Amino acid sequence: MKYKYLAHTADAKFKAFGKNIDEVFVNSALAMFNILGDTSKVKPIKKKKIKLKTNSYESLLYDFLEELLFLFETKRLFLHEVKDLKISENFFLSATVVGDDLGNYDLNGDIKAVTYNDMKISKTNKGYEAVVVVDV
Amino acid sequence: MEIKKIEENVYEIPKTGKMNVPVRIFASEKILENIKKDKSIQQAINVAGLPGIYGQSIMMPDAHQGYGFSIGGVAAFDIEKGIISPGGVGFDINCGVRLLTSNLTKEYVEPQIKELVNELFEHVPCGVGKDSNLRLSDEDYEKVLNKGVEWAVEKGYATNKDLERCEEGGYMKTADSSKISPRAKKRGRKQLGTLGAGNHFIEVQYVDEIYDEEVAKIFGITGKNQIVLMIHSGSRGLGHQVCSDYIRKMEEAFPEIVKGLPDKDLIYAPTDSPLAKDYLGGMSAAANYGWCNRQILTYQSRKAFDKVFGKVELDLVYDVAHNVAKIEEYNIDGKLRKVYVHRKGATRAFGPGHKELPLVYRDVGQPILLPGSMGTASYVLVGTDKAMNETFSSTAHGAGRLMSRHEAMKRFTSEKIVKELEEKKIYVKAASVRGISEEAPGVYKDIEDVADVSDKVGIGKKVCKLRPMGVIKG
Repeated sequence: MKYKYLAHTADAKFKAFGKNIDEVFVNSALAMFNILGDTSKVKPIKKKKIKLKTNSYESLLYDFLEELLFLFETKRLFLHEVKDLKISENFFLSATVVGDDLGNYDLNGDIKAVTYNDMKISKTNKGYEAVVVVDV
Repeated sequence: MEIKKIEENVYEIPKTGKMNVPVRIFASEKILENIKKDKSIQQAINVAGLPGIYGQSIMMPDAHQGYGFSIGGVAAFDIEKGIISPGGVGFDINCGVRLLTSNLTKEYVEPQIKELVNELFEHVPCGVGKDSNLRLSDEDYEKVLNKGVEWAVEKGYATNKDLERCEEGGYMKTADSSKISPRAKKRGRKQLGTLGAGNHFIEVQYVDEIYDEEVAKIFGITGKNQIVLMIHSGSRGLGHQVCSDYIRKMEEAFPEIVKGLPDKDLIYAPTDSPLAKDYLGGMSAAANYGWCNRQILTYQSRKAFDKVFGKVELDLVYDVAHNVAKIEEYNIDGKLRKVYVHRKGATRAFGPGHKELPLVYRDVGQPILLPGSMGTASYVLVGTDKAMNETFSSTAHGAGRLMSRHEAMKRFTSEKIVKELEEKKIYVKAASVRGISEEAPGVYKDIEDVADVSDKVGIGKKVCKLRPMGVIKG
């Protein structure tokens, strides 16, 4: 399982899984965009490279998801997949975001922002997992 | 945890542990049981422990779990020794509501309601990825942020009467557009005058019941079956980004504060820090964008009404912000003090005589607008002296959610909701059909209960009840 949705009164909450941190980030992005629509139906037409640097995994995940929302709103980029995501030791992230113009798909609502509420990245016996709440 | 009943509809959690003040909950027994189901009470307790808080950490009857601060929460902090917190305002800065009265009646509009709703939908960009009809020059954009509705008057999108009947006279004087990042400006650039998605809507309603004839008349409510228009939207991507930016800035600037917080989303800036001033400037500018956004939505709605019915008078009753922090003055422990009042999902409720109210309402108090969930009633209330003394002039902001959006999608199908609403003679047009199930009436608390608590406690008295006939949403 890449991710699952959890109950939250007002907002959307999910838990993403991965063998390593990189995969958790990739699956968090999928979890977030699947709140809005079906990413598997999105064609890989547009590409955008991103680079981010912070000082912790949590703030990096926050900035990463927020950057994807920024691209969604300003470049109309709806996610199909995140490719070549790499996080180096000093919390430097590089990745390629692949997707298509959001106007070509039937979207379900909006995401206002990523939040720190209940955010947690932890090590499990199968790898890593991350819990994220987004404001919808 | 001890929840003490103080009087009917008023509860208190006494000060213990790290709390600086008690928590006060305004709720009926039924509402309190619902509030207990999520983390909102714990969130109010966390807020009670923040530095410089006065009075109580307050929960309104529509309270539910938020991030950091609960939704339906009010907290006031000392202007010098207190704090200002983006999480105490929310991501949608100046999310708010406005109400317009018309010279039309329900009987007159009913046969053409579908046509009217369709025209509104044509005139107002709704839903995700729908750009604004406006193209703003850089100079205009700066004016939107610094001068709010005053800019709209200059451009012919608003009348002077519109300007006067917005909270803060249409713009916060504390605004400083230079405190908004280029990133936030970019997000908001093409969104001015767009409705957005989620719970935002424009609703054609009629007056169903009047509780206070005299006040209703002053508000422009002339009688039962009068058609009114309610608009609920906020500062769009710009406001969301301003909140995100400042949460991250404060987190990086104050690592020691973060360490001591039970929840990172409670991050704040001490009021004497430069970052507090910056956030106030940026948040105020985002709030101005919010008022301007609802003004452009009004301009577009007026055009839609005119197209269907010829020249229609749509007069603004009032425009309230329900996600905002402001400097206000209160008598605290016998001393007049300036505080940062944070209202996150709460409405300002100034009583009669308040100097910041427009003259037309100064004798009776401020109009308060409580939108219900889709398909249910909405209320107009009036501010009171009691709110001034007990809740930093605040009351509820709407129905308040009971159920997650995810759960709602599982339980309700959009087709069924649209059909049920049609049976109630309510016509809905939405940009995303799937989005309707998320906002199903069943996922919210009963608005009647929320309005009743406010009325009975006396922090916002009922003036009239409105019922929907047509809705557009994202």
